[in-house]
Amino acid sequence: MTAAPLHGIGVGRGSAAGPVARAAPSPALPPARPVTDPAAEGAAVRTALGAVVADLEARAARADGAAADVLTAQAMIAADPVLADRATELVAAGTDGPHAVTAAYDGFRDALLAAGGYFAERAADLDDLRDRAVARLLGLPMPGLPDPGHPYVLVADDLAPADTAELDPAQVLALVTVRGGPTSHTAILAKALGLPAVVGCPGAAGLRDGQSVLVLAADGVVHPDPAPQALRYAAEQQRARRDRAAGSSGPGRTADGHPVALLVNLGAAHELAAAATADSEGVGLFRTEFLYLDRAEAPGAAEQTAAYRAVFEAFAGRRVTVRTLDAGADKPLPFATAADEENPALGVRGLRTATRDPQLLETQLAAIAAAARGSGADVRVMAPMVSLPAEAAAFAERVRAHGLAHAGAMVEVPAAALRAGRLAEVCDFLSIGTNDLAQYAFAADRTLGALADLLDPWQPALLDLVAATAEGAADHAVPVGVCGEAAADPDLALVLVGLGVTGLSTAPACLPEVRAALAAHTLADCRRLAGLARSAPDAATAQERVRGALRTAGG
Amino acid sequence: MPQLQVTVGSQSGLHARPASLFVQAAARHSVRVGVGRPGQTPVDARSLLSVLALAAGHGDTLELTADGEETAARAALDELAAVLADDLDAVR
Repeated sequence: MTAAPLHGIGVGRGSAAGPVARAAPSPALPPARPVTDPAAEGAAVRTALGAVVADLEARAARADGAAADVLTAQAMIAADPVLADRATELVAAGTDGPHAVTAAYDGFRDALLAAGGYFAERAADLDDLRDRAVARLLGLPMPGLPDPGHPYVLVADDLAPADTAELDPAQVLALVTVRGGPTSHTAILAKALGLPAVVGCPGAAGLRDGQSVLVLAADGVVHPDPAPQALRYAAEQQRARRDRAAGSSGPGRTADGHPVALLVNLGAAHELAAAATADSEGVGLFRTEFLYLDRAEAPGAAEQTAAYRAVFEAFAGRRVTVRTLDAGADKPLPFATAADEENPALGVRGLRTATRDPQLLETQLAAIAAAARGSGADVRVMAPMVSLPAEAAAFAERVRAHGLAHAGAMVEVPAAALRAGRLAEVCDFLSIGTNDLAQYAFAADRTLGALADLLDPWQPALLDLVAATAEGAADHAVPVGVCGEAAADPDLALVLVGLGVTGLSTAPACLPEVRAALAAHTLADCRRLAGLARSAPDAATAQERVRGALRTAGG
Repeated sequence: MPQLQVTVGSQSGLHARPASLFVQAAARHSVRVGVGRPGQTPVDARSLLSVLALAAGHGDTLELTADGEETAARAALDELAAVLADDLDAVR
């Protein structure tokens, strides 16, 4: 007897089965309550703080290298005697345990924030330690990633970028989240790691630790307590997918030899090794935000140069397309973005921050140029969130002033897509970010799972904007790539090539399937599929017609 | 009460690793050691958070004070002053 399947939004096409382990959310602080026994309450606070220290020390003992150092440093902070004294003093004065711990941590947090620089960067660590102690006091599981000691299917309400940095791909079989849409952090992470995922799956809230589940990303379905024959079928399908993907290699091209650059997306230093060993022509999107996140001040030129140099050297002989800082909206940075914008996604973000603070971009371009010299990589630079040809022209001028030969513009704003020909006049290449282009074309927040249907990359209106961009680029013989999530879907990749896209950039794990799909179809096939998709009345029909045509053709 | 002024030797200031080493050294002594900017109330040298919150940069002057038996206090101050003056970032 198996339970009813749980439906969500599938990411990727893989499948995986295993036991559930849940990531606990941060505890909510309950309303303040009067303290009847201050001695017992104070003892409970000390026990909770001690339990956090013991947990961190135990994890440090199991970890090695940098991870162990980080955990040991966290344990030292959690063991701070003055912190415990302050919390217990507050309890003696009548504050309940959870509020006393919160106040004690927040006092130090504010002091560190006020100190700025390196010191302010520790403030976020304190929030995590505070949440752990408060969870312990409230009898809730400690927040953060689970560590059951065996491979598991990670089930969470949603995942934050901080959780995902700690995630061990050797232990996690699949990701399932209650919230999140097709372009959420969880979805992007799943693609980067090549993990099957189902996001925006409300039914996942009822899954228990240790419960067996089968995750089918292609169908966007999670089967609780699956039947043995379902597990066998899923394993066969998974093997067939791998075999197909393993059958092709080298530069991307269609069956009739039309070249399509196949590139990888890169967004963090720890992804570099996997990205560099992937069979690709280089990096189509090097996101540089990781250098700037969780910091109180922008990194200096020397630090940036060293980080870029490591990437360029790993890609010597290949191309690396660097996107300059894309701050704002879902990636706010204290030194680059205003905190008081009502609509940050429509605010001063991307290239627009360079108007507010030109030095930020100047330092970054100087660092990229310094790192590029002698690295052996073909370094190209593009700006995020370009709306006007004049913005692209000003950016290109600054890039070239640093001795960098290739300047490009991201096409994420419908206005830029509609006037792509004008952009192509002043740039050396264009790159379409389908996630943001969908968000702005459909006026739908890309982080909202509830609007996932509007953000479907098969939406014919989105494909029209891609076509307009490709036509504008072709008029000026300028290459145009796609580096959004759309490029990672092998069927949609064929449609994009049919629309005139000349390069596709995806997470390394997605490239083999895209390469295999291209190798099995001619450019004429791709154009026919693009026509089918664009003539469909809606996204579901577009996808259905293209998949139907591919099945009939035996593809 | 014995006290001593020291210049912070770490290139990056008294943060992360240098601060941890200093706090660990302070915790090894039985006498209570305070650290602070001259003229301000010192903080407990065994408290990493309090030491971090001093936000002491390279070349800043800090004052160490010790409570307790004179000889032990002097010994604690001498050792901790040496830790503060060292370029702890250079130690690997």
